[in-house]
Amino acid sequence: MTTEAAGAVGGPGWNPAGDLHQLFAYHFMVNAFRAGTVVAVVAGVVGWFMVLRRQSFVGHTLAVVSFPGAAGAIWLGVSATAGAFAGSLAASLVIALVPRSGSGAPSSEESAVIGTVQAFALACGVLFVSLYGGFLDSLTGLLFGTFLGISDSQVVILGAVGVAVLGVLAAIGRPLLFATVDADVAAARRVPVRVLSTVFLVVLGCTAAEVSQITGALLVFALLVMPAAAAQQLTARPAASLALTVLIGLAVTWLALGVAYFSIYPVGFYVTTFGFAAYLLASGARWAVGRAGPIRAGRLRGAPA
Amino acid sequence: MMVLLVAPLSGLAHFLDHPFLRSALLAGTFIAVASGLVGAFVVRRGQVFTGDALSHVAFTGALAALAFGIDLRVGLYGACIVFALLMAFLGRKARADDTVIGSVFAWILGLGALFLSIYTSARSGTGGLEGNAGVNVLFGSIFGLTPTQAVVDSVVAAAVSVALVAIARPLLFASIDEPVASARGVPVRLFGYAFFVLLGITAGEATQVVGALLLLGLLAAPGGAAQRITARPFVALWVSAAIAVASVWAGLALSYAAPRVPPSFGILAVATGCYVAAVGVSSLRAARRRRAGRDTGGPAPAPVAAGISILD
Repeated sequence: MTTEAAGAVGGPGWNPAGDLHQLFAYHFMVNAFRAGTVVAVVAGVVGWFMVLRRQSFVGHTLAVVSFPGAAGAIWLGVSATAGAFAGSLAASLVIALVPRSGSGAPSSEESAVIGTVQAFALACGVLFVSLYGGFLDSLTGLLFGTFLGISDSQVVILGAVGVAVLGVLAAIGRPLLFATVDADVAAARRVPVRVLSTVFLVVLGCTAAEVSQITGALLVFALLVMPAAAAQQLTARPAASLALTVLIGLAVTWLALGVAYFSIYPVGFYVTTFGFAAYLLASGARWAVGRAGPIRAGRLRGAPA
Repeated sequence: MMVLLVAPLSGLAHFLDHPFLRSALLAGTFIAVASGLVGAFVVRRGQVFTGDALSHVAFTGALAALAFGIDLRVGLYGACIVFALLMAFLGRKARADDTVIGSVFAWILGLGALFLSIYTSARSGTGGLEGNAGVNVLFGSIFGLTPTQAVVDSVVAAAVSVALVAIARPLLFASIDEPVASARGVPVRLFGYAFFVLLGITAGEATQVVGALLLLGLLAAPGGAAQRITARPFVALWVSAAIAVASVWAGLALSYAAPRVPPSFGILAVATGCYVAAVGVSSLRAARRRRAGRDTGGPAPAPVAAGISILD
């Protein structure tokens, strides 16, 4: 898939402006950048909350479930995007049924449930692929991401869902942050912790399905976790790290799409590599700052002063 | 399907007529025992996420070996064991949280995608087989095992099972109450490392049965179900192994009866079914106990309460 794109346009030249022009010469590439931008912003914001809530494992599972959703949709002959959303939403509701133990890391019972849901969902994906009968090309695309063939209507769907997700988060952001940082005190102050957590799971499910449209079901972490993890290394102030998360996510996505366009290797590899590099750089910067002066970071994480 | 329903015994004879099914059954059984035993500990120690991370490593290791033209198993076991040790080390040193684990392993999976792409593009034009290599690693190819491979896998799995049973008692102590165990002179660190090595080998083995992406199910579902069924840890160990074996057998039979159903799906479907059934049974039991407690007007019966306080 990527091979065809690279073969059609040739490699990057010495003229950056010419390369940029070439990058946007095709409509599919413009669509890829549009979709990537939407996905990066939504993933950054939701991922920031997810990292704070320590729900990475859940996020990974919800993302993975988009694969059987999409594979089942292709088998049934309906839109793969719709299938991905349906799969992730269904899984987020199943996981919401399991009682959550405070705001810490998941209990062993809970993680067993999540792991089982994840493996079973992937197994269903295999079943759908087998029932549909051999489409190995789109299988790698579903798993490891592709930026080819994103249609105008897909961009519209991604945009609409993205706006809805951001709207919901804007509405519940403050109480959610409160419930995340100290669930017990929030519950005592009559913040509906349980409802908030369910709503957030649904939001997370939508986001995971969105991100999987670009990075593939298996590499959603690249945009969901890595930018947020990098930003939270750099600053502890909520607003600043949220903004930084979105910026890092955008940079990673644009860079990855740009490089993948000229390369024969899958876009998922570039997204994960650039995201991981951002995380390493942020950790290095924090370490350097920590050596230079007293660390003021960590207030959000509840580290002792 | 009909044969199996009408005459189970002759159906079984047919089933065992095929050499590839004999290999699958042999390797599958031993690997299931190992996965069940290890899985019980994975769930008990709350390390399901580690198992998830290892599944990514398994994929990338196997694909890297293929891309560089060496035997798939070398990469598979090598990567799993090295990274299991690394995680045991990091978990001790820096208390790596799930954000770090998640970031590292997402990147490793991305590398796997790169190796898959290198491997497939290096061999393009030779037919559809090389595309299957990636799929086989991801989703398992238990019907593709040769008799020799099956024997090797079985021996390795048996060794893992024996080793785990040998260290089960102190490991359980260390898993349930680490500070007390270490105060009593149990080498907690050593057992942690040993367990991670066994987990890595099991991950490599299970990858060949159900695939890198699904091995988590073979670890978490039997372990989780067993923990629901019984409060006694040693019983849970064997219940977990039994569930895993039953899942593999039933899954293979299902896939044999309905050829369009991949064996990995059959195995995972049965394992998940067992887990759901265990959750149902245990919540029924809990409801009945609660009702009984309310009728007598007293608290729950003492032995049960004691068992729970030990385990949670």
